[in-house]
Amino acid sequence: MMARKDAYDIVLESLQEVFVQIGTTPPASVGEDTVLVGNDAVLDSLGVVQLIVEVEQRVEQAHSISVTLANDKAMSQKNSPFRTVGVLTDHVVTTAQEAAS
Amino acid sequence: MSVAERPVMVITGSRKGIGRYLAEHYVAKGYLVEGCSRGEVDLGTPDYRHHQVDVADEKGVRTMVADITKRHGRIDVVLNNAAIASMNHVLLTPAKSANRMLEVNVTGTMLVCRDTAKVMMRRRYGRIVNFTTIVAPIALAGEAVYAASKSAVVTFTRILAFELGQWGITCNSFGATPIMTDMIKGVPQDKIDAVVNNLAIKRLGTPQDCANVCDFFISPSSDNITGQVIYLGGVT
Repeated sequence: MMARKDAYDIVLESLQEVFVQIGTTPPASVGEDTVLVGNDAVLDSLGVVQLIVEVEQRVEQAHSISVTLANDKAMSQKNSPFRTVGVLTDHVVTTAQEAAS
Repeated sequence: MSVAERPVMVITGSRKGIGRYLAEHYVAKGYLVEGCSRGEVDLGTPDYRHHQVDVADEKGVRTMVADITKRHGRIDVVLNNAAIASMNHVLLTPAKSANRMLEVNVTGTMLVCRDTAKVMMRRRYGRIVNFTTIVAPIALAGEAVYAASKSAVVTFTRILAFELGQWGITCNSFGATPIMTDMIKGVPQDKIDAVVNNLAIKRLGTPQDCANVCDFFISPSSDNITGQVIYLGGVT
């Protein structure tokens, strides 16, 4: 089972990697409430795609769990499992748990 | 060239026919080939690894790609050759048969593209070739659902090219003329002759023809060739 702290670290590391890849200056602080989808998001939609792929690969590398994080609500501002760093972290934990079981 | 430098290729439907020929062709060219099909295969070389996977099985595809990535850390080329066909008048086609063709030919192609592209994008390089067929553009009676599924593959590939281009991944389609494989062994000879006689080049296709087109699409020099479809035999 993946600890939430591990998932959170993976999300933050992945986010930093995507900022480097797309050449964007990261915001001064990034945390649980950092918005990833919709108004005030720190990434555009393609950045979110890159972030999700990056998180999936890091989960696979670090925990040998193969996950697909995308679902039909991915880009919904209201229900997206990617809407903030914290929500995405919870989604990673849940999805990894399902994949491992 | 060390193993780490050798390009890694995924070929779906590599148990027999065109897929198997291509697996042998690219092993001979120095690729590390990872093949898949529902059945087992042993090419007798350590440069070929087989995965017993149905491309329409999402979890199976994901596990296969994860295994390849773990061992090689890269995927350079994907040849999406796996497909099923069923020659039947549309009035005699059961929904189950139609759904299975769409599942393997369309969803299967999508799943393999999706999961391998995630690996390719990290190295900002990739070549994807999705196999279609001339029976779509020539509107061959008796192949309605199969042709429709392959038309979907062409459209999917054209759009995929735009979605993945920014990461250096090219996506193209290739449609062969009839080739004497198990896929068409049940098709009456007069039907095959009628198709061939309407081609600009009046002969059956060969696995070598397929390799020739793939060689072009996957060449590192073809980095500005994407979203295209090439048909054999003069079909457009």
